Amino acid sequence: MSVGIAVENIVKEFPITKEESIRVLHGIDLEINTGELTYLIGESGSGKTTLISIIAGILFPTEGRVNIFGTDIYDLTDTELVNFRLDNIGFIFQQYNLLPALTAAENAAVPLYANGIAREEGVERGKAILDALNIADQCEKLPRQLSGGQQQRVAIARALIHEPRIVVCDEPTAALDAGSGRRVMDLLREVALAPDRAVIIVTHDNRVFDLADRIIEIEDGRITHDGKELPDAH
Amino acid sequence: MGWIALRMLTGDRVKLIGLLFGVAFSTLLISQQLTIFVNLIMRGAVAVQEVSTADVWVMDPSSRTIDVFAPMPSTALERVRGVDGVAYASPMLRSNAVVRTPSGDLEGVNIVGVDDATLIGLPRRMAEGDRQALAEPDSVFIDDTGSRKLFAEDEQVIGTRLELNDQRAVIRGIADAVPTFTSQVILYTRYSNALRYAPGTRNRLSFVLVRSDSDHTPEELVAAIESETGLRARTAEDFANDGLWFIIENTGIPVNFGITVVLGFIVGVAIVGLTFTLFIRDNIKQFGALKAIGVTNAKIRSMVAIQAGFVGLVGYGIGIFVAEMFFILNSGVDTFKGFYMPWQIPLLTAVVTLVMIMLTGFLALRSVLKTEPAEVFR
Repeated sequence: MSVGIAVENIVKEFPITKEESIRVLHGIDLEINTGELTYLIGESGSGKTTLISIIAGILFPTEGRVNIFGTDIYDLTDTELVNFRLDNIGFIFQQYNLLPALTAAENAAVPLYANGIAREEGVERGKAILDALNIADQCEKLPRQLSGGQQQRVAIARALIHEPRIVVCDEPTAALDAGSGRRVMDLLREVALAPDRAVIIVTHDNRVFDLADRIIEIEDGRITHDGKELPDAH
Repeated sequence: MGWIALRMLTGDRVKLIGLLFGVAFSTLLISQQLTIFVNLIMRGAVAVQEVSTADVWVMDPSSRTIDVFAPMPSTALERVRGVDGVAYASPMLRSNAVVRTPSGDLEGVNIVGVDDATLIGLPRRMAEGDRQALAEPDSVFIDDTGSRKLFAEDEQVIGTRLELNDQRAVIRGIADAVPTFTSQVILYTRYSNALRYAPGTRNRLSFVLVRSDSDHTPEELVAAIESETGLRARTAEDFANDGLWFIIENTGIPVNFGITVVLGFIVGVAIVGLTFTLFIRDNIKQFGALKAIGVTNAKIRSMVAIQAGFVGLVGYGIGIFVAEMFFILNSGVDTFKGFYMPWQIPLLTAVVTLVMIMLTGFLALRSVLKTEPAEVFR
């Protein structure tokens, strides 16, 4: 286990008017280790989604630095940052955001296609990873033909297919029932966790809190809890 | 990523049909209306183009077109024949008359008197009958469109007697002629007959049709005729264009067709723009996810360009095909007789379609490029 992500004094302000802005993150310092399932929890509006967006390199901070495996990602040019995300970060979204016209296998292979891999090769690798996620029989189906749990598995496959060093999940169980949600989290633990990979999950689904290795709570843009155990309020 | 862009597009059948309909409809409207416009104004030139043997037309200095002219004294023919460089010169008389059909109907017609000996001035092809039949007494040829206008389908046309300005005329042939701009019935007859049919005024020679000899170009001959006779001379090509420009300058046709073409463009932009924007908006989350995953803006741009290009190409193809089929299927209808789509029209329509697609694609792309990848987390 080593430090995969180092977040240093992250401040984020959003402009409200020309003169005024609102500060949603107040100097966050954080280190996230590899080989751990790290939960970011907090109330709606606490700043957890903003923080994960900044960590994932898709939202520029107002101040501070994010270092991922030795790279200060906000020192990169725009194109370098996009390529860095493509090579190093896997995303799992709350609403899956699968492409409706692509099959499950093709959806799983989207990061490969973005990297210029041929369609057939992508489909083969997509099938292989869906097989590992136990939905090989669904690989020819379109997203609308899959259940919510199956769609989330495809999204997980898409997040892992290019073997990223960080996996970022935004409320991965929010759209699922309790059983499916738990199975997805078990699956994440099983397939996403690796000694050299950091997994960060934003969630307020208390049904799956017990599966975390580390829970970080954010309140009003500040870290109020960081530990293995749930904060007292939960 | 190109195939993904196309799959995204074809995966949404309803919007794809909407997009293709918009482009195809716009293309159809623009190309069809432009074709009708071009062919309609070309009819101002067709009566000149029909007479392929004359390369110079001579007329009174105040004459403008084949339909707008002042008659000349018959001596003008001899004066023109006396100009060096004239291989031969033939008279032509054009006049309006009233014809009474056997059923008693009255119809305004256009009499065209052509040279008695050479028949120069007759259309090149005959639909029925022989050209030499014009030499028979009181003989007239009727244009094919006019014959359908004057006679029912089962009526015998050839051999029918007409009362032309109170004179006897017998139809002995049907000329295969493209209708003129005025769409009047045309009766061709020999010049000597035409003098009898046309109302008696002092000057009745409308035009002198001239062929230049091998030592002179038509342009040289035009200059020579004008300087030596004081008459107005035009090369056949220039005179055909005069007829065309007369329609453009003196009728509301260009404005009306122009409005239709502009409306076609606006309707196309509106339908395609709205549908494309809706399509992009429906897929904005997906595009946002692609951007978050690491698809560059350049790739996103190329994806939208491929989608727009596909819609433009297929929609344009459908529109041009339907427009072309419209003219092929209606070629037997007198209104569209001789209509064809010049190559410039599909080219011009392609440029308009390209502008339309670029405009709508640009508008749709703006919303994609403005989408922050972080929005997929919201």
